[in-house]
Amino acid sequence: MTVVDETPGTAGRPTYRLDQLAWLESEAIHIIREVAAEFERPVLLFSGGKDSVVMLHLATKAFWPAPVPFPVMHVDTGHNFPEVLAFRDATVERLGLRLVVASVQDYLDDGRLRERSDGTRNQLQTQPLLDGITDHKFDAVFGGGRRDEEKARAKERVFSLRDEFGQWDPRNQRPELWNLYNGRHRPGEHVRVFPLSNWTELDVWQYIAAEGIELPELYYAHERDVFERDGMLVAVTEVSQPRPGESVERRLVRYRTVGDMSCTGAVESDAATVEDVVVEVAATRLTERGATRADDRASEAAMEDRKKEGYF
Amino acid sequence: MAATTSPTKTVLRLATAGSVDDGKSTLVGRLLYDSKSVLADQFDAVERVSRDRGLASADLALLTDGLRSEREQGITIDVAYRYFATAERSFILADCPGHVQYTRNTVTGASTADVIVLLVDARKGVQEQTRRHLAVASLLRVPHVVVVVNKIDLVDFDEATYDRVASEVLDVATSLGLTDVTTIPVSALDGDNVVDSSARTPWYDGPSVLTFLETLEPAGEPHSEPLRFPVQLVIRPQAAGDDEHRDYRGYAGQVASGLVRPGDPVTVLPSGRTSTVAGIDTADGELDVAFAPQSVTLRLTDDVDVSRGDLIVTSRSVPAVTQDVEGTVAWLADHRLAGRTKVLLKHGTRTVQAMVTEIKGRLDLDAATLEPADSLELNDIGHVTLRLASPIAAEEYLHARAGGSFLLVDGQDGTTLAAGMVGDALLATATV
Repeated sequence: MTVVDETPGTAGRPTYRLDQLAWLESEAIHIIREVAAEFERPVLLFSGGKDSVVMLHLATKAFWPAPVPFPVMHVDTGHNFPEVLAFRDATVERLGLRLVVASVQDYLDDGRLRERSDGTRNQLQTQPLLDGITDHKFDAVFGGGRRDEEKARAKERVFSLRDEFGQWDPRNQRPELWNLYNGRHRPGEHVRVFPLSNWTELDVWQYIAAEGIELPELYYAHERDVFERDGMLVAVTEVSQPRPGESVERRLVRYRTVGDMSCTGAVESDAATVEDVVVEVAATRLTERGATRADDRASEAAMEDRKKEGYF
Repeated sequence: MAATTSPTKTVLRLATAGSVDDGKSTLVGRLLYDSKSVLADQFDAVERVSRDRGLASADLALLTDGLRSEREQGITIDVAYRYFATAERSFILADCPGHVQYTRNTVTGASTADVIVLLVDARKGVQEQTRRHLAVASLLRVPHVVVVVNKIDLVDFDEATYDRVASEVLDVATSLGLTDVTTIPVSALDGDNVVDSSARTPWYDGPSVLTFLETLEPAGEPHSEPLRFPVQLVIRPQAAGDDEHRDYRGYAGQVASGLVRPGDPVTVLPSGRTSTVAGIDTADGELDVAFAPQSVTLRLTDDVDVSRGDLIVTSRSVPAVTQDVEGTVAWLADHRLAGRTKVLLKHGTRTVQAMVTEIKGRLDLDAATLEPADSLELNDIGHVTLRLASPIAAEEYLHARAGGSFLLVDGQDGTTLAAGMVGDALLATATV
């Protein structure tokens, strides 16, 4: 990052200030290093979505010139965009990382989970995620969650304790003071860690632009067959088919968030480059989850309820 | 690295404080809304819920009360973090609850704040919580305090009322040793003096809250402070095939205070061994200078023994290391602290076993004096002595926010027990 703002101060001396992106990067690297130093078995949740890509990029910078000292995990709903899975695999390969996949499809196939009536699988991710954490004895789990995304997330700590059932107790969070993070936990408990807590969607995009970070292509404007459902543009895929009355159109769209194909909507956009996206995000009047996530529209406290159960 | 597309902006961290019902959430909602940081779907949701509750207009407080139980009770329980930006600056706002039992959240918010935004109801003046929160601002050495005299519309924009409340608050602030305190007359509900200057307070010629925050000089110039660099971990690639970095050994950390250049003489604590900075590395290349709060990796010219928990300091100003610490603690745990308790103490990147050997007293926040006590309850602020199993470079918090702060942690269940500040912050507060 460009960091030094050595403009003359009042006394004629330079003042040393970090610009906003350098400040956020520095904070995130500090958090990531604390986890690597204090936990035995950290893992980084990596879906190929932009926040997890930025988080992994920060991890590579935190330990340079050494490699990232922990594996990455993906909870695969079986409904992921194929180009995102390809991006995930290419990234893991390029960085020489170990990838752990927790598969929702496996749980459905052997009956541990049942398909929901609406066909979406977002909420089905919680159990494979928690089992993956337990099976691999992960004690710290990096997530790309940001506090600007959602009201319940705005209340969550950077180091967020989960009990032995993976549950979050929002009424009983540890106070987080200065930059002294407390990662102590009892056996069976684990800590979710959010290095991007203080980033906004715009910060993420400005950082992607500044660092030249590669993303899956569907974050940029492209033509796609879509239909409208609940005010969202849903792509025509094998798991999301138009119902009677929903007409398919070819439109110029991009994705602001990338999740399960069945519940992630596209937005109309002609933002074809990262610079275009920065301009678009700066001017938008809708939050990314409000614009593109059916799962968060369920109720005022949809995210809080899912997080209490152990969700991301 | 590609050229940045963002204009150069700095970050300012603020924390809100004040009694319950002083209109904190409304002020925050107003700041977010009027600085256009609230998006249409968030506002729609607030309008919808406000309508469901039979309110005439959108209740902006609903923007920040994020938990189900908060919305049910109509109060803020936990710190919520909010983000807004203007052309000049990015703001990270810790919205802290006002209830007495949530004072620990104000301590949390204040620990990282550059400025505290304290709300006072123009009709009520100084309340117990006003006093408490000013004491917390003083104890935690928050560089700036801005007192928002809110609900000025409910006293008919009366200048005399504002003057009386402002001077009452300033008297308390001064008695607590706070020097940088600004007051602003505001109606958070209607937006007077929040973002734009109000025509309804013609007698007030100071800045609006947002203008004040945009132009505030953050405290702490790195060049005026000594280098403190807590080592987080040692970076040794040792990767097969990585010939370039086979012998690489760097110390990763975040500069806590001051700045560092290659060639600077440094001392490693607690061992006291000396060396010289050979280079400052980042993934983007070597740096000529690094300063707080940059995350970098330092290389030293000598093969000295350095590991996590060590503190690299400038040899021009070396703090003493000690196993005996006197400090002020804000007790944050539900259970009581009695004498002779074993805990863990985290200072910088170093965690050591510690024993609370004596409780010397408790701060009476209303009188701002120390009273005798042999135990501390939740939300108490007290003075204790600690004996450590191994030494740390404890500096007076009064002069070094990073080098003087510590956590007390329960070694058994990992609970954060207390926020600690080295030195007699109480004395400094009560007598200045």
